[in-house]
Amino acid sequence: MSTATTETRTVVVEREIPFAPEKIWRALTQPHLIAEWLMKNDFSPVVGHGFSFSAEWGAVNCEVLSVEPPTSLAYTWAGMGLESVVTWTLTPTAAGTRLRMEQAGFGPEQEMAFRGASAGWPRFFAALEDVLARAD
Amino acid sequence: MQDAQDLIFKTLADPTRRAIFERLCRDGEQTVGALTAQAGVSQPAVSKQLAALKLAGLVRDRPEGRQTHYRAQIGALAPLIDWTRQMNDFWESRFDQLEDLLRRMDQ
Repeated sequence: MSTATTETRTVVVEREIPFAPEKIWRALTQPHLIAEWLMKNDFSPVVGHGFSFSAEWGAVNCEVLSVEPPTSLAYTWAGMGLESVVTWTLTPTAAGTRLRMEQAGFGPEQEMAFRGASAGWPRFFAALEDVLARAD
Repeated sequence: MQDAQDLIFKTLADPTRRAIFERLCRDGEQTVGALTAQAGVSQPAVSKQLAALKLAGLVRDRPEGRQTHYRAQIGALAPLIDWTRQMNDFWESRFDQLEDLLRRMDQ
């Protein structure tokens, strides 16, 4: 198995937000607040807690992986076509907080969270991109 | 759309099936016999995997005489390729909503 993490599929959204980390932490971890900006949920900030997000189009099944208030939070995310890990990082800045969301799928580091799809995927995507580059 | 994407992921999660699909992507159209010779499994097993790939829209078959030829449908992978952009759009809009909420929250 490859140990390179650069071969994973990752989405990163990062923003400077003019509020303190403690306040943002509440919005990330209290179910009624999460529901206002993300989705309805039964989240609880306890490692190992299984929960789900739900919306009209379906549900996302999750498990809390780590909780370090008010600096980082991670949970698995199984739904919307993939299994992945969502990690939130809060860094205090002069103007407030730098909030970073990283969603990484099919990576060797998260293989335990996946059901069978992990090992071949990075190689597959690399091969696929080669094929697509030549397809035109 | 969501179902199609789930089906593609599930179909390609199987290593044998993925190997057959990669081979068709790499080497172009093949007969079941030619695929079997390389797959290390029986012809019925290869046919079963091809049926699953066909169901997901990942391969197309073309009968010719007694042989059936299979070719990869690379266009079927568009939902996968777009995943990163789709999720990025999703999270950007949720960040907007989060900022709205923070402005409304008490300290």
